[in-house]
Amino acid sequence: MRISRDEVVKQVGEVLVDALGVDHEDVTENATLGGDLGAESIDYLDIVFRLEKTFGIKIPKGELFPDDVLNNPDNLGANGRISPRGLERLKECMPHADFSAFDQNPLVSKVPDLFTVKTLIRYVQSKLEKAPVA
Amino acid sequence: MRWIWIDKFTEFVSGSHAVAVKNVTLAEEFLQDHFPGYPVMPPSLVIEGMAQTAGILVGEARGFRENVILAKIREAQFSDYAVPGDRLSYHARMESITDAAAATVGEVLLNDRAIGQVNLMFSHVGQSGAAMGLPSHNFVFTEQFMRLFERFRDGVVASAGPSDVDRAASCQP
Repeated sequence: MRISRDEVVKQVGEVLVDALGVDHEDVTENATLGGDLGAESIDYLDIVFRLEKTFGIKIPKGELFPDDVLNNPDNLGANGRISPRGLERLKECMPHADFSAFDQNPLVSKVPDLFTVKTLIRYVQSKLEKAPVA
Repeated sequence: MRWIWIDKFTEFVSGSHAVAVKNVTLAEEFLQDHFPGYPVMPPSLVIEGMAQTAGILVGEARGFRENVILAKIREAQFSDYAVPGDRLSYHARMESITDAAAATVGEVLLNDRAIGQVNLMFSHVGQSGAAMGLPSHNFVFTEQFMRLFERFRDGVVASAGPSDVDRAASCQP
C-alpha cells in the first residue's frame, strides 16, 4: 500500500514532535532540524530510529545524515567553504535535500540548514517509492 | 559499586529483553531525605534503575566492548510511587541497536502492577571516546562490574540470535 504525501508529512511531523518535544505548529516544511527545532546530535539518531519504526524502512548509517562527508579534508575548501568535490559528494549523498540556497554560498557552517523537515519528507518518500509493494 | 539501582536480573535474553528487580527498603539512606517522614522512591532513581537494566542489555549485546552511555530519556511517565517494602521490576526491550547508538523501551511494574513507561537512548562510546578526552579503557563495564554480572549470568542469560548490524550507505565520503 502506497502512503500519500500528506500522510508522510503528518507522520514525519509526529516523529519530530515526539523526538524533539516541539509543538506541531513549529514543524513547518522549511524548518531546519537543528536551528529551528533544536535537534542535538543524539536527536538525529533518535529521528532515524523513529522513522524506521514508523514507516517500516531501513536507514543505513550516513544515508539520511551523511556527516562523514565533512570528515574528509578533501571535501573542505578555503574560507570555511565546501570544496567543489565536497559539494558534489554532498549532492550525491543527499538527493533528497534542496541545495538551491546552499549553492549560492556553500559554507560548512550552513550544512546543518540542509536538514529541513522537507528533506526528511522527501527522503521518506524516496525510500517508500523504492520499497517493494506488499 | 555503590551506584547500582537493581538487585538482580530475573530474565535476560541477549539482544532482546531483560527484567531486573529492585526491592525498596527503608534502610536506604536516600529515603531518610526523600522525604522526611514520608519515604518514597524518587522517580529519577526509577529511571536510573531502568537505565541500568536497559544499559546492561545494550552492553551485553555487543559483548561489553563499548562504553554504553545514557544519552536521552525519550519518555518517562509514572502513575504511582514505590514505598519501602515494595518490589519494582524493570522490563526493558531492545528496540534498535547500531554501531552508534541503541534505543530501548521499558515498562516499570510495582508489585506486578504496571505503573510507568521509560523509553531511553544510549550512545556507544568505543574507540572514539579517547578522541573526546574519555578514558581508553571501558569505564562503564569495569572488571568489578563484570565479576558481579558473571554471578547472575548463569541461568538467566539466553540468546535471541545475532543482533542487528549497521548497514553501509551507498555513497562514499
